[in-house]
Amino acid sequence: MGMRKVAVIGAGMTKFVRRAQETPKELSWEAARMALESCELTMDDIQGVCMGTAPDAFDGVHIKSEYLSDGSGAWRKPYMRSYVGGGTGVFAPIQGWYHVASGLFDVVLVVCEEKMSSYYPHAQAAFLTIFDHTTERPLKPNLLWIFAIEMNRYMTTYGLEKKDIARVAVQHKRNAANHPCALLGEADITVEDVLNSETLAWPVQRFDVSPVSDGAVAIVLAAEHVAKRLTSKPVWIEGVGWHLDTAYWTNRDLAYPRYVEYAARQAYEMAGIKEPRKEIHIAEPYDPFDYKALHHLEGLQLADRGKAIELYLNGTAAPDGNMPVCPSGGLLGVGNPIAAAGLMKIAELFWQLRGEAGKRQVSGSPKTGVAQAWGDLMQVGTVVVMGR
Amino acid sequence: MTGNIKNFPGVSLSEQDFDDGKILFVHDELKANYAWDTGVGIGAYLAGLKRGVILGARCAHCRKVVVPPRTVCEWCYNPMEEYVPVQDTGTVNTFSLCYVTWDVKRITEPEIPAVIMLDGASALSNTSVIMGGIMHKLGEVEPKKVKIGMRVQAVWKPQAEREGAITDILYFKPIG
Repeated sequence: MGMRKVAVIGAGMTKFVRRAQETPKELSWEAARMALESCELTMDDIQGVCMGTAPDAFDGVHIKSEYLSDGSGAWRKPYMRSYVGGGTGVFAPIQGWYHVASGLFDVVLVVCEEKMSSYYPHAQAAFLTIFDHTTERPLKPNLLWIFAIEMNRYMTTYGLEKKDIARVAVQHKRNAANHPCALLGEADITVEDVLNSETLAWPVQRFDVSPVSDGAVAIVLAAEHVAKRLTSKPVWIEGVGWHLDTAYWTNRDLAYPRYVEYAARQAYEMAGIKEPRKEIHIAEPYDPFDYKALHHLEGLQLADRGKAIELYLNGTAAPDGNMPVCPSGGLLGVGNPIAAAGLMKIAELFWQLRGEAGKRQVSGSPKTGVAQAWGDLMQVGTVVVMGR
Repeated sequence: MTGNIKNFPGVSLSEQDFDDGKILFVHDELKANYAWDTGVGIGAYLAGLKRGVILGARCAHCRKVVVPPRTVCEWCYNPMEEYVPVQDTGTVNTFSLCYVTWDVKRITEPEIPAVIMLDGASALSNTSVIMGGIMHKLGEVEPKKVKIGMRVQAVWKPQAEREGAITDILYFKPIG
């Protein structure tokens, strides 16, 4: 298609915390500075900045990307914000990718930031406007409804049990115990802990859900000729895909994320991947809820429908398994500052594929990985395939 | 690299920091009032509810009947100009038992939000679309006895109290 090769050459992130002392722009600056330092570049080397950040409602600031612009390094640069709800963190690097792949820029900084704690009394209420104002909001919904409703459909369609799905939360939170930025890493958590946690909206219990968090992540993207000059270990963006399903969420079959499948097929085709189950060595599916990791693994074609749980039950998904899933600890363990959480998955693949993930480093020196995020009213899928 | 870095940026605050007055902050409430026009499709839907009828939109091109009604069929991108009644009975596609309010207050009697597939709308298609699926609540049922696949029917407000709103249906209750 006449596109240039694009590599990730640097990454940085802040700790994910329940409430950060830093403002959103300060968090953005910390992550961006760290990403630049990691590849020994300065802002002078950056030709364009892509910002990913979720609803303005979290901050109560109109066009919050402009409010964030000094922290994210946008002064006197081409600057663009993308926002596809929870899918943003994996879409922003896609936007950065096409800035470079197209030949427009050689070096681009991608920053994703979220500070959810400013919203009172709880960030959940900032999401209520995703429900239709005329046909749904008069029923006084809360955000958990939609996920609990989807989880129940998924479980019931395939006859899955809560005690099995809880294995996902356990695996991810244990993985996160080795992540220095994690909010909820717990090395000793058990299935019983998950099953005994408070029921919020059955079948969703407290430990089935990721925590609201504050944090920021940044990466640096470079064209091939620049990347090869700057690092001996570029990690290539080999395929990208994104896809939208109907926004009438009650008109969809909630048991299967078709929008993820289409996004994944687009990305795999670009990456030349024909058998994802053999060719993907490490996966970072979006996991704001434990069942969502399973749902998304199926959409990513890494498991048959209703069978993703087997990857956890037979050890395939473990850090020393054949296809580690969310070795970072995911949203369930590291935390869920919406856009930053998605880009954290890209950063994790960058570190894992370079063999620089420290205590989290998976076995088997993976060569190819996939990261995915999901959002809006449960109908957008964003997918990036990375390799070395 | 994460393996080499000892100190990641970001300082975590606790509730105690606020209680102790260590943190300065500004509190504000934003005013946001709206009056949403209901438009053509949803306008017809609400007028139907006031009469005690649930309307769907029919696509003359691909022949889907979908609820709620709309002016364009997003699957074939042709106009939807015909609004037809569907039944006020249906099947529970999925549900939750919710013990938390919109602002995360705990409640002991759960609310039961559900997706209900209405009879008379198109069924699950080969494009994974549930044409007649709407969100509403279930009532007159013991929470633990709710099942996916359960048959339900709308319980309407008395005619004189209906105002052309989704809440003209109080909830759906089990039948048969």
